[in-house]
Amino acid sequence: MAHQSLVLTMMKNDKGGITLLSILLALIILVPSLNLFVAHDSVFHITTYTLTLLGKYLCFALLAVALDLVWGYCGILSLGHGAFFALGGYAMGMYLMRQIGDRGVYGNPELPDFMVFLNWSELPWYWQGFDMFWFAMLMVILVPGLLAFVFGWLAFRSRVTGVYLSIMTQALTYALLLAFFRNEMGFGGNNGLTDFKDILGFNLQAGSTRAVIFIASALALAFGYLICRYIVTSKLGRVVIAIRDAEDRTRFIGYKVESFKLWVFVVSAVLAGIAGALYVPQVGIINPGEFSPLNSIELVVWVAVGGRATLYGAALGAVAVNYGKTYFTAALPELWLFALGALFIVVTVFMPKGLVGLWKQINKKQTKGPASDSSKAIQQGDD
Amino acid sequence: MRELDRLRNVMRRDQVFDFVQEKRLPFSAGRHSVTPGELDISHGTILYVENISVSFDGFKALNDLTLYINDGELRCIIGPNGAGKTTMMDVITGKTRPDSGVAYFGQTMDLTCMSEYEIAHAGIGRKFQKPTIFPFHTIFQNLELAMAADKRVWPTLFASLNGEQRERIADVMEIIGLQDMRGQEATSLSHGQKQWLEIGMLLMQNPRLLLVDEPVAGMTHQEMDKTAELLTRLAGDHSIVVVEHDMDFVRSIAETVTVLHEGSVLAEGTMQEMQTDPRVKEVYLGE
Repeated sequence: MAHQSLVLTMMKNDKGGITLLSILLALIILVPSLNLFVAHDSVFHITTYTLTLLGKYLCFALLAVALDLVWGYCGILSLGHGAFFALGGYAMGMYLMRQIGDRGVYGNPELPDFMVFLNWSELPWYWQGFDMFWFAMLMVILVPGLLAFVFGWLAFRSRVTGVYLSIMTQALTYALLLAFFRNEMGFGGNNGLTDFKDILGFNLQAGSTRAVIFIASALALAFGYLICRYIVTSKLGRVVIAIRDAEDRTRFIGYKVESFKLWVFVVSAVLAGIAGALYVPQVGIINPGEFSPLNSIELVVWVAVGGRATLYGAALGAVAVNYGKTYFTAALPELWLFALGALFIVVTVFMPKGLVGLWKQINKKQTKGPASDSSKAIQQGDD
Repeated sequence: MRELDRLRNVMRRDQVFDFVQEKRLPFSAGRHSVTPGELDISHGTILYVENISVSFDGFKALNDLTLYINDGELRCIIGPNGAGKTTMMDVITGKTRPDSGVAYFGQTMDLTCMSEYEIAHAGIGRKFQKPTIFPFHTIFQNLELAMAADKRVWPTLFASLNGEQRERIADVMEIIGLQDMRGQEATSLSHGQKQWLEIGMLLMQNPRLLLVDEPVAGMTHQEMDKTAELLTRLAGDHSIVVVEHDMDFVRSIAETVTVLHEGSVLAEGTMQEMQTDPRVKEVYLGE
């Protein structure tokens, strides 16, 4: 009961969040059942391709929510969040590689194909343990979390802020991109990790496995949202917004600003890592391209399009932009990057509060009453 | 942690080893310099600033500044632009480290080796020149954030207000006269109201010493009177240092006035004495 009432008070005044969670619940029930139990020729049938595509969108949405936590609420514009996503993905990929066992092209029971190809004789130390699912899942959380901790500790302690921090995060993801491209790193070089077979003994190509991973993604997004929502409605959330709006003031009323930034940054990186880990089994590959700086910038565009400092807006933006991307890259492949650039300009110039802000504006005009202004994301009952 | 701090202090690269250095503790020696939370004002003086010098790229912002503030005192500090008033506040609150000299809070706390948040916890509150409040928080939330509490990360995440704390916030809202606007976002306040809110935020920290930088800049006369009343009411329970340009305002509140000039104290005394002092006239009032 205590937990229930906690969730209730938290979600009070959060129409967008309730909508998001309701949609997720509907997706969890409808999409897998329409995929598995409805005949293929029925109009209501959802293909496994669509199911996987939706699952991918959900992972992106979780990633966007994670970025919104640090950017929208704490004002840290990270242009390297793709790195945490990719690291989570690599941790999952390593587990999936070990699951292949001796079914690889070279039939080596221990080594993944690319290591045999490179004439390696034994598994590097950092691949040990990844045959165990729990260990891999622990790494999904620990590796991005630890990197964020070290990077954030150094950066925030030195009071690096604003555009300098953004450039450093960009450099971080670029450095990782270059490192992971190298064969000697032992992560499959530019081919990355692929050709996955099983997860926990279930065939990855099977429709039912796909459905379960889809459900897991939806649940991860729901829990990720709830965790972020809890954070931003707590006093810590108010401190974090205070840091965004007046960092010096926050410091002089006695908060150790660096610790708060670091904490939020690490939480966000962990969520991004989880999103990456769920993404990899659905797309079937993870390669250094995921570290590319462009990915992280696209991610920022999703959040901006959806609406900063709303959390659910970030999820909306991620799905909307990625749907656009899927459509454009199929219909007019040459135009996608132009469309993305134009989108960014249009959003920053004409709707700084994103789709959520636009919708609220329209809503306000229609009602024209003294509607309680909820355009600022931080409104929540103080008592 | 204290051992670690001590070690860090020994390893500091901007000074010679601690044990080589001649200790210049004011009055009571022998106690460790950093004892947060134990404000010792048994000698009646709350702030010691002694021989502080700060230079930026060769420009001496503070030049051998020495200043004492008594407990419960309301002190006004005036001086022409560039006299070092804001730099002095930066040194006291830990934002700027002095090149030489000491600053003690009470007998025991060495402010020059404490960080901003430690100094805030020890009981020094600071109001900036430009009103700095949290624009997208309500008045209530602004005060709540400033309130003296466990301000580490995890306790903050799970913090909730109890009745006593609510009362305290309500009290402060009354003191600063914003009790009817508790749910309003601070960005909607007028300039004067923002200044009061910031003073209220300082009060929420239960500070012993308030540093107030130009509280009446840009205020109307009514607002100025109200601010003067607010500050004189707070003096006594708190020690207050006001840096101000507005002479009428200083005259209306000042007990003791310190005149700064080129980074050091030029004269100190009552407002009347200052107005007749020829040196002060020359650098400041006479123009």
